[in-house]
Amino acid sequence: MSALTDLSLDEARKGLARKDFSARELTRACLDRIAAATPLNGFITVAAERALAMADAADARLSAGEGGLLEGVPLAVKDLFCTQGVLTTAGSHILDGFVPPYESTVTANLWRAGAVLLGKTNLDEFAMGSSNETSYYGPAVSPWRAAGSEERLVPGGSSGGSAVAVAARLAAGALGTDTGGSIRQPAALTGTVGLKPTYGRCSRWGIVAFASSLDQAGPMTRTVTDAALLLRAMAGHDPKDSTSVNRPVPDYVKALDGGLKGLKVGLPKEYRADGMSPEIEALWARGADWLRAQGAEVREVSLPRTRYALAAYYIIAPAEASSNLARYDGVRFGLRVPGRDPTEMYENTRGEGFGTEVKRRILIGTYALSAGYYDAYYARAQKVRTLIARDFEAAFETVDVLLTPTTPGPAFGIGAKTNDPLTMYLNDVFTVTVNLAGLPGISVPAGLDASGLPLGLQLIGKPFAEDELLRVAARLEEAAGFSARPQEWWTA
Amino acid sequence: MSVDEGTVRRVAKLARLRLIEAEVAPLARELSGILAWVEQLGELDVSDVPPMTGVGASLKRRADQVTEGGLAEEVLRNAPHAEDGFFTVPKVVE
Amino acid sequence: MTTKHHPHETGARLIRGATGDWEIVLGLEVHAQVSSKAKLFSGASTEFGAEPNAQVSFVDAAFPGMLPVINEYCVEQAVRTGIGLKAAINLRSVFDRKNYFYPDLPSGYQISQYKSPIVGEGAVTIDLPDGSTRTVGIERLHLEQDAGKSIHDMHPRYSYVDLNRSGVALMEIVTRPDMRSSEEAAAFIRKLRAILRYLGTCDGNMEEGSMRADVNVSVRRPGAALGTRCEIKNVNSIRFVQQAIEYEARRQVDLIEDGGKVEQETRLFDTKTGTTRTMRSKEEAHDYRYFPDPDLLPLELDAAYVEAIRESLPELPDEKKERFVAEYGLSAYDAGVLAAERETAAFFESVASGRDAKLAANWVTGDFFAALNKAGLDITASPVSAGQLGALIDLISDGTISGRIAKEVFEILFTSGGDPRAIVEERGLRQVTDTGAIEAAVEAIISANPDKVAEYREKPKLMGWFVGQVMKETGGKANPQAVNEILKRKLDG
Ligand SMILES: [Mg+2]
Ligand SMILES: [Zn+2]
Repeated sequence: MSALTDLSLDEARKGLARKDFSARELTRACLDRIAAATPLNGFITVAAERALAMADAADARLSAGEGGLLEGVPLAVKDLFCTQGVLTTAGSHILDGFVPPYESTVTANLWRAGAVLLGKTNLDEFAMGSSNETSYYGPAVSPWRAAGSEERLVPGGSSGGSAVAVAARLAAGALGTDTGGSIRQPAALTGTVGLKPTYGRCSRWGIVAFASSLDQAGPMTRTVTDAALLLRAMAGHDPKDSTSVNRPVPDYVKALDGGLKGLKVGLPKEYRADGMSPEIEALWARGADWLRAQGAEVREVSLPRTRYALAAYYIIAPAEASSNLARYDGVRFGLRVPGRDPTEMYENTRGEGFGTEVKRRILIGTYALSAGYYDAYYARAQKVRTLIARDFEAAFETVDVLLTPTTPGPAFGIGAKTNDPLTMYLNDVFTVTVNLAGLPGISVPAGLDASGLPLGLQLIGKPFAEDELLRVAARLEEAAGFSARPQEWWTA
Repeated sequence: MSVDEGTVRRVAKLARLRLIEAEVAPLARELSGILAWVEQLGELDVSDVPPMTGVGASLKRRADQVTEGGLAEEVLRNAPHAEDGFFTVPKVVE
Repeated sequence: MTTKHHPHETGARLIRGATGDWEIVLGLEVHAQVSSKAKLFSGASTEFGAEPNAQVSFVDAAFPGMLPVINEYCVEQAVRTGIGLKAAINLRSVFDRKNYFYPDLPSGYQISQYKSPIVGEGAVTIDLPDGSTRTVGIERLHLEQDAGKSIHDMHPRYSYVDLNRSGVALMEIVTRPDMRSSEEAAAFIRKLRAILRYLGTCDGNMEEGSMRADVNVSVRRPGAALGTRCEIKNVNSIRFVQQAIEYEARRQVDLIEDGGKVEQETRLFDTKTGTTRTMRSKEEAHDYRYFPDPDLLPLELDAAYVEAIRESLPELPDEKKERFVAEYGLSAYDAGVLAAERETAAFFESVASGRDAKLAANWVTGDFFAALNKAGLDITASPVSAGQLGALIDLISDGTISGRIAKEVFEILFTSGGDPRAIVEERGLRQVTDTGAIEAAVEAIISANPDKVAEYREKPKLMGWFVGQVMKETGGKANPQAVNEILKRKLDG
């Protein structure tokens, strides 16, 4: 039975339905494995008792033949989703002790489908980071190590803990959120699949907001099929989120079938710029070959404003965040550091409650919105955003999907990039454009670099074309045949 | 755009962030770096481009019905300090 | 208070200073609460007077992950009000965040409309006491959230925060600086309130905070460029608005004449002292960092929707007033008074229907209003119905009772109710038109007062005395016209 945690989400689901094992057994196996993986620091909260109770309820439904799509499947949830009765921290000291009296729409959808909550995963504070190093609860650590090295590597971020949980087989699947690459980048660095859906596909209600116009929840899994399953359960219209879209949710699993004949794949030439490493370039070319070999037509396309995306993102996201994070003031929830008057209390609470990266972004955002600077920064960035979205629209007139690398390189050492925020920001260079344009994007594990670390390829689709995107991803996954897994150095 | 330490302090005040003295100089340096890098957006001609405000089609609306409330206890439960059914703050002097 | 204060000048269009005349320039920003059941962006109730924090959703308390969804009714009421203010309706408007920290603002920003409000320019006609009218320009109307409430006097060390009002829908109505006296400002608020109440979009209840005004005051030499203005925040009665303006205008004139300079600032009106003072908490220069709320998309309306609302609009006070003048031949003043409130106008029209409209107007604005005022009653709580008052007027018109007796009958109606005709019959108040009976009374008085008859030959004005005597004799029931005729014949004959 030691292999229960090795099952993919889909395999686990089918095994549960066949009663090969119970939800309690599967959940217990995950909890044991989580307990043995403390060096990875993937979880902020493990909800063991609750998980077993949920598993028992799932077993009861399974015996009654009433199982939902994900009945009994144990999942890890990024600690940015509010979970009723379970501590929710956003990786920040400022939400100290916060236990939401409500459940986020996306997680509620999953529990309705029968899934089991294992616990809440580590993340960059308020999802601001690309390495999970800004967490108040310490960095999550990648299960991967470079060949012959014992250096601790980042799992990517901000959904680092969820990536760890999936890659180290602590959970059958996990939830992440992606504002500038926070699902796809950690997926790429940990050899897992990460999907950011179209903006509006999944409800944002109950997810601690970072940048409202960019945030989107998505699945993190070990296979493309698993991502399709999770997305199907997560997605849907939510009347409580003004930006959630009222469109039917297709059967993404069914949509996985089918070849690529006639599919037009674009390779945006601007992604080659800025000294791409030969290793990444080779991987990208290999990915194009795999798709071509299955009948796709691959051509170069141009997204001319790509190089401005990161700069626009680092104005828009902090600006929205500076406003979204104003509610953390020590009055209604979380940390409170006293002061003589309300202003002093706010300053003390926020000064102590927020970490350095969050403060940095609040300051940038506040500055960019402040009198005299709004037009030069925020308004201009939003116009550039329009241009970036137009680039994609134009490209999608000639191709169906785009193929790019997910990241500029493999996982790096903890502490290697923390001294220079700009260097850290460059991690998102291939992923932010997708958020700015509100498009769906998926990272698929595509190979290992010379040191044995995973690399991913990204597919970008048209709005709400997740079904097509997943089908192409499934073919890419098959062609790549990625089967590497990290050595279990953490279980001594 | 170079951000000096005074600007960092002013913006921190606006954002209600107490900074310790040692944070100010590095932040000024980092913010200057980031904003200098953002200057590249000036290379694009955006004079006839509308800003992208929101992604999506039309604004969702809700009926005028009372569906929430009566939750004073739950609303107050997470408060670091509450009294007599109220949230509290240090006394405000108008 | 300085010695230069001249209270008798209050309300005048110009105020006198030590160095000459000054003109007051006034603009108003009125916050009117939309009469909705639920809040602007949440499903919590807006009802007045609940227990603290009992009408708070997690959205109103700005809990993590909570999102706003707009109340369609509030949108409709804003459009309705815009049309009532003869204003342009913007088919595309945008909700912005106004960022600032304050204990009663849980999210750290107010959702408001800044660059693109739902309603653009319009106009309101105000009625002045001398019967003249003036037009006050409306700059805009936008939708926004109200804040919660801080209570400072319940604990020695803490201010208490109640979020029941947090998120309640407000319409902020901004005028052009078109008013020139506290009277005009008062007239504007009265008229705006009437329009809102006619439309049913705001109950106009200033005591409960459903309507509050920010007053922008500046002074200048007549015809000169605009002076620096001060904004007096949150004044919650028409009387206070007038007091605040008078105090503030005088303060500015005195300041300038003493060689000082008016600083642009936000001030508070102290209702106890009738003075204004700088708001200490606003010392720090504000930088609201407005930007479009990324949780909301632009609000798009289609023209047909706006037209349907336009079609459904009731007749508004100005149109009603005009019609009352044209249709009933009322004076502009009476028409204005009767049209000021929807309920009053309906009452009047019901009384006037099929009757002498001028007589009806006199009765409604005269004895009827006086009795309501004295009893402190609203017209909706009047003990005398329009039907009863109409029946009373019928008795006057058909000569059953005199105007004097009618006043008596009205008193009875007001205190004990009943049917006017029955009251007249029961109490024997029917007017005496029997000339024989009157003749007898006249003859009796003439023969009893020969001296007065002689005096009358010199002073015909004494006729009034004879009339009075006859009326006394007949218990006031004699038809005054008949009394006059018979007296004239007997005395002159
Ligand atoms: Mg205002
Ligand atoms: Zn306002």
